[in-house]
Amino acid sequence: MAVCVAIVGKDVSRNCLEANEITLKYTLMIYEYSCLFLEFPKFISCLNPDEELSFQYKVLSSLDIVEEKINGINKASDNRELFLGMLYALETHKIYGYVTNTRMKFIIVVDSSNMALRDNEIRSMFRKIHSEYADIVGNPFYTPGEAITFKSFANNIKNIMTGTV
Amino acid sequence: MSEETVFELLHSELVNYVIQNNEKTPEYTEVSERKEEDLSNLEYIGFFTGFRMIERLTREMPRFKDELDTMKFICTDFWSVIYKKQIDNLRTNHQGVYVLQDNNFRFLTRLSNGKQYLDVAPRYVTFTCGVLRGSLANLGVDSIVTAEIQTMPSCKFHIQVQRS
Repeated sequence: MAVCVAIVGKDVSRNCLEANEITLKYTLMIYEYSCLFLEFPKFISCLNPDEELSFQYKVLSSLDIVEEKINGINKASDNRELFLGMLYALETHKIYGYVTNTRMKFIIVVDSSNMALRDNEIRSMFRKIHSEYADIVGNPFYTPGEAITFKSFANNIKNIMTGTV
Repeated sequence: MSEETVFELLHSELVNYVIQNNEKTPEYTEVSERKEEDLSNLEYIGFFTGFRMIERLTREMPRFKDELDTMKFICTDFWSVIYKKQIDNLRTNHQGVYVLQDNNFRFLTRLSNGKQYLDVAPRYVTFTCGVLRGSLANLGVDSIVTAEIQTMPSCKFHIQVQRS
């Protein structure tokens, strides 16, 4: 059972660049603020809605590692799988990443105490999320690039999170 | 067989619809004097079709290494899904220009086998240009796509990658 799932848009790196320019001029606080603003996830779902803000922070801070992995700091490994594996582990949570060919980023946060979830389960969870996302993009009422507000989508993601599918 | 016909009929009706809509607009006479049709609406429809469709088509694919890898995917898997065959020839100058040649393009095979109707042929490749541009845009490659028809039913698509 995962505790949080987030979908982040494709143009993050560009936003970060712009934010970086701001940092040079102003302060670190503005950088963090503008990052939060620009990279607001397209979709976020948490088991416990009260914790959403702290999860958002975790998700956003993991995006740099995603960028690092897909832009290939260690290109020799030549890992071309969409699933990126574990991005990093905190004391309380583990964070996994997945990037589609269209550069959409999916993030799953799992409780550290949860030993039942292995890489393979996480991978299949990501694949299900990707299918759901592909369906949503095919929906004429969804404009690509905007936040996803479909109730059915939120429900399906919740089911994937809790492992009831 | 019948499934394939449905898509072709839908496509040709789409073309008719866009052309007829153009004729209703007041500027139509000017446009017809220029002897060039305004097919941008058709291209636009294609763009969004491609943009949405590519998410599903690349779902099972490994990550593309580079631009050429993406083009190879377009020529093989992508083309066989939509046009039931692969591209016959892919050429590139390795500087962002790609030429995709299809000797038996699906939307043209039933139209003519030679030079007859060559003047209306652009209508039937514009949608595909849009689909290509939309798909590539979603994969992170900004491009301009044009088509060239010398003798039907063969067709060449020129993809010019825009580097910023």
